[in-house]
Order: sequence, then structure tokens, then C-alpha cells
Amino acid sequence: MTQAVNSPQFNQNARKALDDSYLQKALARSEKGFIERRKAAVEKLPEYDALRDSARDLKDHILAHLDLYLEAYEKNVIASGGHVHWAANAEEANEIILNICQRLNAKSVAKGKSMISEETGLNTYLEARGIKPIETDLGEYIIQLRGETPSHLIAPALHVTKEQIEADFRRAHTDLPPERNLDEPTSLLAEARAMLRDKFLSAEVGITGANFLIAETGSSVIVTNEGNGDLTQTLAKAHIVISSIEKVVPTREDAATFLRLLARTASGTDLSVYTTFSTGARREGDPDGPLEYHVVLLDNGRSNMLGGKFQEMLRCIRCGACMNHCPVFHAVGGHAYGWVYPGPMGAVLTPSLVGVEKGGQLPNASTFCGRCEEVCPVRIPLPKLMRNWREREFERHLQPASVRYGLGIWAMFAKRPVLYRRATALAMKLLRLLGGKGRLRSLPLASGWTRHRDFPAPQGETFQTLWKKRDASR
Amino acid sequence: MSEQATAAVTKKPIRVGLFATCLVDLMRPRIGFATAKLLEDAGCVVEVPAQTCCGQPAFNSGDRETARDLAAQAIEAFASYDYVVLPSGSCAGQVIVHYPELFAGNAVWEPRAKALAAKTFELTAFLSDVLKAMPAARFEGSVTYHDSCSGLRELGIKAQPRKLLAKVEGLTLVEMKDPDVCCGFGGTFCVKYADVSNKIVEKKTASIAASGAGTLLAGDLGCLMNMAGKLFREGKPVRVRHIAEVLAGMSDEPAIGEPER
Repeated sequence: MTQAVNSPQFNQNARKALDDSYLQKALARSEKGFIERRKAAVEKLPEYDALRDSARDLKDHILAHLDLYLEAYEKNVIASGGHVHWAANAEEANEIILNICQRLNAKSVAKGKSMISEETGLNTYLEARGIKPIETDLGEYIIQLRGETPSHLIAPALHVTKEQIEADFRRAHTDLPPERNLDEPTSLLAEARAMLRDKFLSAEVGITGANFLIAETGSSVIVTNEGNGDLTQTLAKAHIVISSIEKVVPTREDAATFLRLLARTASGTDLSVYTTFSTGARREGDPDGPLEYHVVLLDNGRSNMLGGKFQEMLRCIRCGACMNHCPVFHAVGGHAYGWVYPGPMGAVLTPSLVGVEKGGQLPNASTFCGRCEEVCPVRIPLPKLMRNWREREFERHLQPASVRYGLGIWAMFAKRPVLYRRATALAMKLLRLLGGKGRLRSLPLASGWTRHRDFPAPQGETFQTLWKKRDASR
Repeated sequence: MSEQATAAVTKKPIRVGLFATCLVDLMRPRIGFATAKLLEDAGCVVEVPAQTCCGQPAFNSGDRETARDLAAQAIEAFASYDYVVLPSGSCAGQVIVHYPELFAGNAVWEPRAKALAAKTFELTAFLSDVLKAMPAARFEGSVTYHDSCSGLRELGIKAQPRKLLAKVEGLTLVEMKDPDVCCGFGGTFCVKYADVSNKIVEKKTASIAASGAGTLLAGDLGCLMNMAGKLFREGKPVRVRHIAEVLAGMSDEPAIGEPER
């Protein structure tokens, strides 16, 4: 695992995020758009829910036969002139890519957007070995300038405001006239394009992720909105696809099923602007294309999820809808989650990939409001899976002792109705005395509550006591 | 179910076991009495068997064994009633959705859990869908209604409370922005992740205040206490009640967080 895990500090990260006025501004700006665009796109497609069902069933079928589809995929990549490299973990994946780059004497590599390369920490790894990775997706380019990691699956620079981007560009693009106007998002985009154009041409290797891998043809599929992925993979000598193993689908038609869901759920469009299929290297007579085509297939803990309590998570197609609809994500942004994947999907996937000891905070940091499950295009029961992690933690005594102790005392009473009735009747009377004005401004054992809110005092006698009195008076 | 159907036809009174929920039992008994009144006015016989908690805090904390023990306790306590009614969407969801899950594959308890689930209802769903009751209440003023998450997403409760409120004389319902977005309560979440929870409830109270309604209603006391506590702290003059209090005509009693008289 190369990218450092900062998830145990979720609460501290969250506090920092809540105090970050730029971040809060950026989050407030993005929330509404994502939700409304998805809603409009979904409403226009009457068969949307039926499509979700077939996508879910299809994923379950693929996961049940993952070995077969991966073998078929490999065979067809080779048949179309490509190479397949199997990587058990991040280190292996990075090493495979480094070897290809070194063999081709690559000084720089152009990169399309890839969360898997974030998972392996590829940029840092290559840079440390003298190879300059250049992110070509606008959002990725921005955060690379800032020395940051993505804070969202499909909008990596979601946490940055336009004003911050302008400042970053002025700082980084020192060759350009300082008096130039960068007020409009389009002028920022034009400047990034101009800066990237040369870099595309000079990069010896292009690396992209994959949204899907098609077993029947050995093709990889990427969706982008800027076309940067196409330049990345066609202009370089070698195109390296880095993908995790669960991205494989049986046929082109199956890929179409997921493509119909993906853009609608992710960005509220019927399709992304570019959907690019790549099969093998340049053939004789092709006007362009890479001379070599490589696929690095990363496991990194996923095969351990097969057949277990978290297999459903492997259905994920990385649309980002769960985080777009998550009240916790919208309060703190993606970086607070402390690893590659934020939001509800990150809260389930992170402990699966880095271990519950390091990722266990995340499935706890949910109100279980259920909106993520409601919008998931492949119907992943995210709250249930988060609860599964909480159970795993409980079984292994990983929660703080105070939580376990408190729960134990409460359970001791709750399992004894008579004792419970007497004890709570007394406790509520006492609490009532403390909160004579109707509410308490501070409570020693619930300072988390009273730091931000008043605590409404109990009425006094419990319902069960009063009901008994009512029964007796009849 | 056939026995219940027969009971309805022969007008034999329906026996309802009232599961008050631990929060209502301990914090705000008047919601329990409002619930009983609504059921009795509709012709039900209401009983309150000895009860504690549905087990949701244990279930959501990962303590499946305690959750199962408390579920079994509730299944025993409420087995004999025609129906079981709870003035809470999240506790009703625990019984209806999660009890059968907790005992999946258990030859003795799974059928019992399913039987209880089949006759258990959240209050507004029971009044509206089963009893088709039209409570006759008056309320002068405007209210806004927050859809608590579990009731909404586990049980599909959205239309029922609004349908019932539409029958209350003098009441105007003003929808807030995003009534279906979480208030940030989340059980122990609001204490464990206090600052995140606070950010979420701040957005909620802003929507509530912007609606201009004088009273906030919802069907779950946890969410109500969270929002009431925040409204008080922010000095926003919105009164907060459980929907049952308004439907039962008990709106002259102190609202949540107001001193008892």
C-alpha cells in the first residue's frame, strides 16, 4: 500500500475541514448541481430502475465468475497484440509500470484520470525514480499543481474554488503575461489546455485508468469529458492501462448497460463527452495509436472480498453518486476520509483494502441516512456494509473501551425490563431536576451534544410509569 | 392476517400493542399518550406491555448479540397483539426490516420475527394506511415537516403524515427546502462525530427557519430533540413537536425543550 492512510484521524480531519472556509465554499457550490443534474437525467429515463436491477444482476454474475472473465479478457488482449501484467499489490503494479517506462527511456508520462494509480501512489513512485508524471485531466492537473490528492471520484478538484485555481495558475505558469484575464472558468480551461498540449507530445508513455474491461474483445473503455484520455493514449509510444480486476465485463453490450447508468448517475448526462474503446497496439495501416499496449491488472485485496461479507462493494462503478448525496461528505469533503476513496463507498472499501484497524473510523462516521443506497446505480447496500464493518470491529474489540463499556451497561438494563423501568424512572426524575427550564445547556456525559445544542430535558416521569398510573385509575 | 381481517369485519376491537420506543418512554411520555389517544379514538384497544428498547443502538454499534437479545425480548412482549404500533420510523424500521434479518436462517426465531414485522407499523402509516383514520384536531398556524431518514427510506413513509396533517383544521403545511435530507442525528453519531453532526443540523435548522413555519414536526423523537436543541441554541423561535401531538390535539402542552407547566 503506497498512499499513506490517514483515516484513523477522521474526526481531527473533519474538524479541520469544517474550519476551512475555502473548502466549505467549494462544497456548498457543488452539492446542489450534482443532485439536481442526476435527478433530471434519471427522470428522463423511464427504465432507469430496471436498468439498475440488470446492472446489479450482471455485476453479481461477473463477480461469481470473475476468474473466467479475467482469463478470457487476458486471452483477447494478447490476441489483439497487447500485454497483460498481473499485480497482486501496489508495489508490483508500480514496478511493472516503471520497468516499461525505463525500457522506453521515458522522461515523462502523460496520465489520464485513474483512481487505481492513486491507490498505488504511482505519481510519487515514478517521480522518485526520475520520471515526471503529468496529469492531463483538468481537475487532476489542478491538484497536481497544488500537491494534493483527489477529493472526489469524478471531480478530483471539488474542494478547490475558482479563485484558488486562478492563484495556482498564476503561480505555476510564470511564462504567461501576469496581466492576463482568468476570471472565467473557460479562460482557466483554455490556459490548462495550452499548457498541456506540448506535454502530450513529449511524453513517451501514456497511462490511463479503465472504467470497464471487455472480456470478449480485450478492450479497455474510458469515459472522459475533456478528451485528454484520447490524447494520452494515442500520442505516446506505449499506452499503459492500470485497472483493478473487478472492472471486467463480459461483452460490449454489457459495457453499454453500465455506460447508460454511469454518466446519468455521475454527472447527469446521457453519456460522457468522450467514451473511448482501446484494443491492442497500433496495427499495420493504422494512422496513429501507441506502438505498445499494456494492461496492469491490480488485485490489492479485492480477491479477498470475493465470497465474503463485502463482495457487493465490488459492484461499484465509481460514479460518485453516493458521496454526492451524503450529508457527511458534504460537511467535510473527501480529504477528511484520509485515503483514496471518500464518501460512503470509501467508508466500505477503505477498510476492505487497508484493513479495519486503519479504516474502521470511516464506516462509523455515517448517520445511516440511507441516501447513498437510494441513489446507487448498482444497488450496493452501503449502510448494511458499513454496519458489517461495525460488527467486525465489535467482535474484535476495536472500538474505544468507553463505547463498549457504555453499551454494555445500557444493554444490561435494557435486557431486564423491570430493573430498567425502575432505574430509568429515577434517572429521568433527576435529569428533570437539572433541566427545570425545559433544557440543559451542558451535560457531562454528552458534551458532544451540548457543545453545539441544548439538550431538551425529559418530561419527568416515564411513559411506562404514567401508563401504569392511568391503568390503576381506571 | 386473516384473524385481523375478520376482526375488522365483525368490528371486534383491534388490540394494539403500543411500543412507545425508549426515547418516548424516557424523554417525552406525552408522545406515547398522544399515540394512544389517536389509536383509541379510532376504536383500538391499546395496551403497553413491559418494554425497553428495540435494540437499534446495539445493532448500529455492531453488537449483534445484544441486538438479537433485545429483538427476541420485543418479539415475546408483542407477540399476542393484532398490531404493534410505534411512534417512530426508525424503531419501526428496526422491527420491520432488521428483526427478520437478525434471525435469518433461525428456524424458531425467523418466523416469529417475520410475524411481528408483518403486523408492525409506524404510527402515521398505521393511521393512514390501515385504520384509514381521520383524526379530528385543530391547530392554528403553519408547520413544516421533516422526513426522518429510516421512516422515509426503509418504510417509504412520505405521503402519510402529510395526508393526516391536511385534515387538521387551521393548519398550513409549508414545505422546507430538502425535507428528506438527514438532520445529522444518527443515534450515537451525533455525539461521536459531534462537529460533523453539528454542520449537518445547522443546514437543517437554516432550512427550517427559511420556511417561515412556526412549528417543526417529525415522526421521530431523536431527530426532533436534535433539531429542537439546535434551534434553541441558535435562538430561532420555532416550536418543535412530534406529529402525534398535533394530530391528537395536544398542541397546547409544552413543546420539546419548553418548561413543564
